[in-house]
Amino acid sequence: MAVHEGSSEASPPGRVAVTDAAVEVLRRLRAQHGELMFHQSGGCCDGSSPMCYPAGEFLTGDADVRLGDLVVAGVTGEGMPGEGVPAEGEAFVVPVWMSRNQYAYWRHTHLTIDVVSGRGAGFSLEAPEGVRFLIRSRLFSDEEQRALDGAVARDRADARTGWAF
Amino acid sequence: MTIYAAPGQPGSLATFRERYDQWIGGEYVAPASGRYFENPTPVTGRTFTEVARGDAADIERALDAAHGAARTWGKTTATQRAVILNKIADRMEQNLEMLAVAETWDNGKAIRETVGADIPLAIDHFRYFAGAVRAEEGSISQIDEDTVAYHFHEPLGVVGQIIPWNFPLLMAVWKLAPALAAGNCVVLKPAEQTPASILVLMELIADLLPPGVVNVVNGFGVEAGKPLASSPRIRKIAFTGETTTGRLIMQYASQNLIPVTLELGGKSPNIFFEDVAREQDAYYDKSLEGFTMFAFNQGEVCTAPSRALIQESIYDRFLGDAVARTQAIRQGNPLDTDTMMGAQASNDQLEKILSYVDIGTAEGARLVTGGERNVLDGDLAGGYYMQPTIFEGKNSMRIFQEEIFGPVLAVTSFADYDDAMTIANDTLYGLGAGVWSRESTIAYRAGREIQAGRVWTNCYHAYPAAAAFGGYKGSGIGRENHKMMLDHYQQTKNLLVSYSAQKLGFF
Repeated sequence: MAVHEGSSEASPPGRVAVTDAAVEVLRRLRAQHGELMFHQSGGCCDGSSPMCYPAGEFLTGDADVRLGDLVVAGVTGEGMPGEGVPAEGEAFVVPVWMSRNQYAYWRHTHLTIDVVSGRGAGFSLEAPEGVRFLIRSRLFSDEEQRALDGAVARDRADARTGWAF
Repeated sequence: MTIYAAPGQPGSLATFRERYDQWIGGEYVAPASGRYFENPTPVTGRTFTEVARGDAADIERALDAAHGAARTWGKTTATQRAVILNKIADRMEQNLEMLAVAETWDNGKAIRETVGADIPLAIDHFRYFAGAVRAEEGSISQIDEDTVAYHFHEPLGVVGQIIPWNFPLLMAVWKLAPALAAGNCVVLKPAEQTPASILVLMELIADLLPPGVVNVVNGFGVEAGKPLASSPRIRKIAFTGETTTGRLIMQYASQNLIPVTLELGGKSPNIFFEDVAREQDAYYDKSLEGFTMFAFNQGEVCTAPSRALIQESIYDRFLGDAVARTQAIRQGNPLDTDTMMGAQASNDQLEKILSYVDIGTAEGARLVTGGERNVLDGDLAGGYYMQPTIFEGKNSMRIFQEEIFGPVLAVTSFADYDDAMTIANDTLYGLGAGVWSRESTIAYRAGREIQAGRVWTNCYHAYPAAAAFGGYKGSGIGRENHKMMLDHYQQTKNLLVSYSAQKLGFF
């Protein structure tokens, strides 16, 4: 499973990553819908899954944490620009959000957004493609956790980041 | 042992069409886009019908039909509506097994559940609200000798309802029965995982409801659910699902200033106090069944008792007996009446469950039993079967905090009453809970202290229509079931009337 680590401006190790397979779906979705975002869901039925929306469709606020940004590299010569939507081959960034109270229980795990065949969930954009985004998790090592905790302290000292933990 | 014939096979009680259009205005209407999506049965993983892939145009057409019917339907008497709801219940009862087979085929759950629970509960729900609306009264307040405030119930008008896939018919009826009893018209969006059984029901009762009173638009959430939830033409939206979509639906509702009811799942604790094991008797046996309820409906229940809390003093012995009970679960063909646990509703659901087995193991939880996909023989090999799974660990682990929506139980121990309450309430959710104790003082205090909307006490997974159901904390807003549900689908009209001929004297 090839994985692309996300960037995270305030902390050394990233909290989120994305697989090649999910990147391909994201490229298609962006060509159809424009810029994208994720919000990790909790709860029933289709919950505990990452929901993908057009950027700004889901209103985030103080109740949310921005875990990091998935950075998708550009691919030259691929995809034709659509009308008013980006070309499939362009580089782009997808922010990943989660409710702050949910993050309290997830903070010790690194999340990778993957994709499996499936049948939709909520209003997430990929459902009509016959696929479903899925979270794969691993525990942060002690070293990573220490680095992240250090970053938390810096975040707290710097309210301008807007997403202190 | 009975094995019901699968739909499509000779002798099957249920027959599906090869293709389903939208159900609008009491008849099938082709989707505006002309597009359809395949609907597989979780039993075998193979497609058995295709279903209209709706979009905003279909939602608008359904809203047209609903608004066209709303004025007349809203003016019918409670008696007339109750008669219709009772006729629907009777028709369903006459076709109970047929509906059960259709539901099992669409959803994957065991036929003993659809025959014994889903369909009978749906039937009773119509009867309950037929009775409740007949008995409902407005009220008056006498303001002074000559001034009276009258309070009348009026329907909201046209409402939107978005249904989950875990109990496709029962969850639809939980929302439909009170809405219809109260005099509303409905546009209903089933889950895309289970779009077909509700249409079997619509056809079955087509002659009983006036056209346009109930309209069913299938499709994907982003294409059909969103235009319904965000429509300025509905007076209320009801949703069962998860937290992020729930927030998004509230966001749309805030733009239209309409009320929402949200049922968003949970991580329900099932608490076994030490006196449970005081004797090896019928009650002890019942408590072991209560523990094993995590596997009911393959664990795909918002209130699944997915955290078991066992008092330390009985921990090893009780868990040993409970694991043996879990390992006795018979998994197999969902159409076999001896099967206790069927298939997960979709492939992505199975994948998600397996991803939680991974994280549970990574976090150091001990896998006690299960943990793998169950590949059955023959036609069933392509179905989405999961072994009933038990982990032992700590409440801070993610498998204790997140709704897996599968047959995966997280078990931990507690020292005493206070410890049990702390662990039980250490969760984002508050939908259900179970308390098991022979001591009524313990059971009562615990039930009151747990922050959850439904605390089963010495029982679990009972869903009578007369018991209110809904969440505290992150589990949602509003209630379902119980006659109070009529309020969720009604406006209050106040006539403030003066019977005095005397002016105030202000002007």
